[in-house]
Amino acid sequence: MKTTDLIGTAVSNTFRSKTRTLLTVLAIFVGAFTLTLTSGLGTGINAYIDDTLAGIGASDIMTVTKNADTATDPTSTEPEKYDPDAVQSGVGPATTTVTALTPDDIDELATIDGVLEVTPVISVTPDYIETESSDPYVVSIAGVMEGQSAQLAAGSMIDDGDDLELLLPTSYVDVLGFSSAEDAVGATVTIAITDNEREQHLIDATIVGVADETLASPAGAGAVANDALTDALFDAQSTGLTDEEADRYAQATVRFADDATDDEIADLKQNLEDAGYTGTTVEDQLGAFTAVIDGIVFVLNAFAIIALLAAAFGIVNTLLMSVQERTREIGLMKAMGLGSGKVFGLFSLEATFIGFLGSAIGVVLAMLAGTALSSALSGSLLADLPGLTLIAFDPASIAVIILAVMAIAFLAGTLPAARAARADPVSSLRYE
Amino acid sequence: MTRTPVLAARDLRRSYGRGQNSFDALRGVSFEIFEGETVAIVGKSGSGKSTLMHVLALMDEPTSGTVELSGTDTRRLRGRVLNKVRNRTFGFVFQQFFLTPKATVLDNVTLPLTIAGVPRSERRARGMAALAQLELADKARSKANDLSGGQKQRVVIARALVNQPRIIFADEPTGNLDSTTGAIVEDILFQLNRETGITLVIVTHDETLAARCDRRLVIRDGELVDETRRAAA
Repeated sequence: MKTTDLIGTAVSNTFRSKTRTLLTVLAIFVGAFTLTLTSGLGTGINAYIDDTLAGIGASDIMTVTKNADTATDPTSTEPEKYDPDAVQSGVGPATTTVTALTPDDIDELATIDGVLEVTPVISVTPDYIETESSDPYVVSIAGVMEGQSAQLAAGSMIDDGDDLELLLPTSYVDVLGFSSAEDAVGATVTIAITDNEREQHLIDATIVGVADETLASPAGAGAVANDALTDALFDAQSTGLTDEEADRYAQATVRFADDATDDEIADLKQNLEDAGYTGTTVEDQLGAFTAVIDGIVFVLNAFAIIALLAAAFGIVNTLLMSVQERTREIGLMKAMGLGSGKVFGLFSLEATFIGFLGSAIGVVLAMLAGTALSSALSGSLLADLPGLTLIAFDPASIAVIILAVMAIAFLAGTLPAARAARADPVSSLRYE
Repeated sequence: MTRTPVLAARDLRRSYGRGQNSFDALRGVSFEIFEGETVAIVGKSGSGKSTLMHVLALMDEPTSGTVELSGTDTRRLRGRVLNKVRNRTFGFVFQQFFLTPKATVLDNVTLPLTIAGVPRSERRARGMAALAQLELADKARSKANDLSGGQKQRVVIARALVNQPRIIFADEPTGNLDSTTGAIVEDILFQLNRETGITLVIVTHDETLAARCDRRLVIRDGELVDETRRAAA
């Protein structure tokens, strides 16, 4: 029997008992539909993270903090010794204490093998932001690290010039009295900042762009300042401090070769560790985040696969019944010279085709449903996360799902197919 | 006779089961069948005649003894070669028609050709020719299920003919038919033998059908007890 005839016969046999085939296909459909949706969820969220990755920082950047000289036991209730260089980082229960970096540390970091460039991260804490026509509003302002970008709703990215420039988050457009994001671009805002002598300084800056508040924007829901504005704010904030007191940084960014391998990055981290610093890459920061999402998607996928396994038993059952019913037909074909291998092929192809039907229908409907669902959600529940397509599909994973379901179906079909292949033509023909 | 028999049984034995439960279906059967002969294998049910046919048709292996096909020892045939020989050499007509009920008559008839891997267009042409020979060409597109018993058995004969075999094995070909229809089917089989020289091996317990054959081989309790040649032959 030719392969084309074998496939044709297997396909037409599939439709011989329509109700039974339909029910089996439905069972597979449920599994494939769920699997497509859950993996689409993973694809969608991870794509969103990738898109906003540039907002967190370039891949050749590492954030460096100085390790505390004496590791303090967080569970200890003993009185803690005072450390003049300690800097609180983080807020709330997750507060950790790091030791501030001094200009000496910055110089030392620059000498570490693998470090190309060191930039101290300046943190400024302004009091409020306002325009002439608006009330003052609390704001946080961050500088921009090299390689970072923001998703702009209007205007352009801040540049490294001498002008004091900032990116305004979209949520501040209305409260500061602008009619639209475009309206805000080019306007001047006043930022107030208090120095160590409790004196408030007012600094004017120009809005050059309005940034979407994505999950991973450089400053979260805050404004982003260019270097000139950051320096101006820092100078104002440091008024009254000696240079030594002022030049203290919670962290610094270190740039390394952008073609560094994972091993080289690990070496660099070890070098930093040996010198008494801790380096964290963007991947490290995102690692926990993507791990959680991958974990959730994995659990959801596991449920879908359980559904598929249940469906696989359905295939076994359907085909066993089919083999039983067609015993005499199998015997006849074998008497007429059809080899056992071809008989096996006939039934396993039938199983594979059932798997293909179920997965193809499941995938197509899941893509329709997923697309409809994510467009409905992005307009309502997820409107605050612009750029997020909750359920996205990439052709490779869709193909993998269809092929995997067909493989499962094939495996399920091997048991009945082997039984059919083993059938003895004489006893098959006697079968009443 | 110096002719090589198309089919020869040499001391065929076939037992089922082991030890105390063993049962000898064939106990040393020998005979020769020549090209163009019509041979009836006669016996009561349980006599071993069906087992004999299965062994002769190479669907079952004898416990001992050999089946020779045109002088070749068939014990040496295995797997693919054996399947090919069976497909090319034999045609089968069974008492239960063994037609695929929902497939078309043409698809049923061309099954041996499909198994042999004959291209579709040639299958169609040869299938239609076989159906025309049995005056069923107008039924080619019908479902096998929609035919009467006599028509079904004619389809089965067409299927047995389509691969132009040298031997047709017929197991109780008229067993499921009324006497009139049975007689028509018998006529068709003997006419084929006369016109194409095809060898006919008929397994039956019907004495009148057996009497129309050139030779009667009577099987009782797994042994060949009587061999009569028709006077006219």
